[in-house]
Amino acid sequence: MENMKNFFRTLFDNNHRSRTVSYLIVIIGYAVIELMLRTGNLSSMFQSLLVPVTCYIVAALGLNLNVGVSGELNLGQAGFMSLGAFTGVCLSGVLAPVISNGIIRLILAIVLGALVASLFGFLIGIPVLKLQGDYLAIVTLAFGEIIKSLVNNLFIGFDQNGMQFSFVENKLNLAPGGKALISGPMGATGTQRISTFTIGIILVLIALTIIYNIIYSRSGRAIQACRDNRIAAESVGIHVANTKMLAFVISAALAGAAGALYGLNYSTLVPAKFDFNLSILVLVYVVLGGLGNMTGTIFSTIILVLLPELLRGLRDYRMLIYAVVLIVMMILSNNEKVKELLAKARQSLPFGRTKEVEE
Amino acid sequence: MSEDRTPVLDVQGLGIDFGGLTAVNEFSLRVFNEEIVGLIGPNGAGKTTVFNMLTKVYQPSRGTISFCGQDTAKLSVVEMNKLGIARTFQNIRLFTNLSVLDNVRIGMHNKITYSNIDAVFRLPKYYQQEKEVEERAMELLKIFSLADKAKITAGNLPYGAQRRLEIARAMATEPKLLLLDEPAAGMNPQETEELMSMIRFVRDHFRIAVLLIEHDMKLVMGICERITVLNYGMMLAEGTPAEIQANPQVIKAYLGE
Repeated sequence: MENMKNFFRTLFDNNHRSRTVSYLIVIIGYAVIELMLRTGNLSSMFQSLLVPVTCYIVAALGLNLNVGVSGELNLGQAGFMSLGAFTGVCLSGVLAPVISNGIIRLILAIVLGALVASLFGFLIGIPVLKLQGDYLAIVTLAFGEIIKSLVNNLFIGFDQNGMQFSFVENKLNLAPGGKALISGPMGATGTQRISTFTIGIILVLIALTIIYNIIYSRSGRAIQACRDNRIAAESVGIHVANTKMLAFVISAALAGAAGALYGLNYSTLVPAKFDFNLSILVLVYVVLGGLGNMTGTIFSTIILVLLPELLRGLRDYRMLIYAVVLIVMMILSNNEKVKELLAKARQSLPFGRTKEVEE
Repeated sequence: MSEDRTPVLDVQGLGIDFGGLTAVNEFSLRVFNEEIVGLIGPNGAGKTTVFNMLTKVYQPSRGTISFCGQDTAKLSVVEMNKLGIARTFQNIRLFTNLSVLDNVRIGMHNKITYSNIDAVFRLPKYYQQEKEVEERAMELLKIFSLADKAKITAGNLPYGAQRRLEIARAMATEPKLLLLDEPAAGMNPQETEELMSMIRFVRDHFRIAVLLIEHDMKLVMGICERITVLNYGMMLAEGTPAEIQANPQVIKAYLGE
């Protein structure tokens, strides 16, 4: 009994509270939605949003590590998602005759998507992260556009002789029974839809675990040190470029994983889906949820993905209301009085913040 | 201080130019182990520039810096710290959004050997080293009378405590030479008094050398064994506190004709 009590106390102490709350929200949300699915209380529109929401959450969590914790602006999260998505779709297409189990293919696709995206993140990071200032924002902005244009002109096919690639013009010469995986501006067509909500939720939990475990470690402290004061960080022996690289690569990897999950959720996926607007949208989820605040990111992503759908009934006024809600949320989440109120509410919770020694 | 020992820090003919302007020239200094040396001079004399060269924030244009007998010509800021030079800053540079404890833990960055894999999968190595790090960080905080403030955000500390925390963070890197850039700036006389005994304690307890820049003459004359005076980027005098106080050139530099 005493052990149990101590265990719960550890879950909600200062070091673990935000982590525990994040996990709880995801698990409770999953349980509620599964229950609604089983009892048939979820409209098909919401059902179609379940996987995309988990994708956006994973991409936003990664971006929050990069923007919130590391303090480097990244405007190319959609580019990394695109890389992950089309890599994942290709892998799944190629493996389809070999591995019939969709879940295994999905997991492999997510892993490969993450690897490819993180490799590109690493390559971009080498020159850019040595610089101080907003260069990462500029370069990632360009990167997103470049990836979009590249995939727009990319043709990949696959038949019994192996893979075929062509660029700008469709020169694929597929044997009978072969399959085009990516066909330029048409993107990926005829993809087998193997993404599931459960895998999405598991991916969210994995993303949370990686991020929290990194934040509360040597590297996580170094990442925050470089954000707070670059010169002081160097003076205590922290290699700033390498440290920022870690945050950037993890962020890219999570975007790639999210992209793979997203890509395998649709039978058709056009490259134009991963445009600058999507990068900004993911950034809005992060900023609105609070820089460095993972629980907030989960909430803001869910709200902002659902909101336009909920407002469909308003027709032409939909985006107007959406914009107003966005502005109100921005103002409220930065309001000192609201923050105080939230802090008070937190204090009154059982297992709340242990009293800190104040000045 | 016998001259036959190898000095911790041996600087010869150090100089730096910014464009056409020579900020520091022909600067030489030796610091031996367990010594407290003062670097003084009027505003703009180039004292902080010397610190920035010693820590490689600036690459010197001329001269050599050898540390514990090793030439440091090619080394970066990070490598200088790994070698054993730690510093504080004139305008305090803490990690203001992080806790006092985290600031010190960050100082131990290079003393921790677990990898990111250990961290992500929370392997035993992570728990074991994190426990050690926290204990050592708390010990340091105790020395600098900050233990009761461990959980406070560093930016919310009062000024004097911020200066002490900066020294604690520097000491967390386990240096052989500690550079203090105006540690008493903004402190009241009582705090300065405490700081003096703290610096002495750090020197005796960790057995390290201390080089400090300071304008507070009571502190400089009180704890420094030797003093170097800098004026217009050139060395004006070198000697014991008594010699420096009696040096007519130094008096002229500070008070004018």
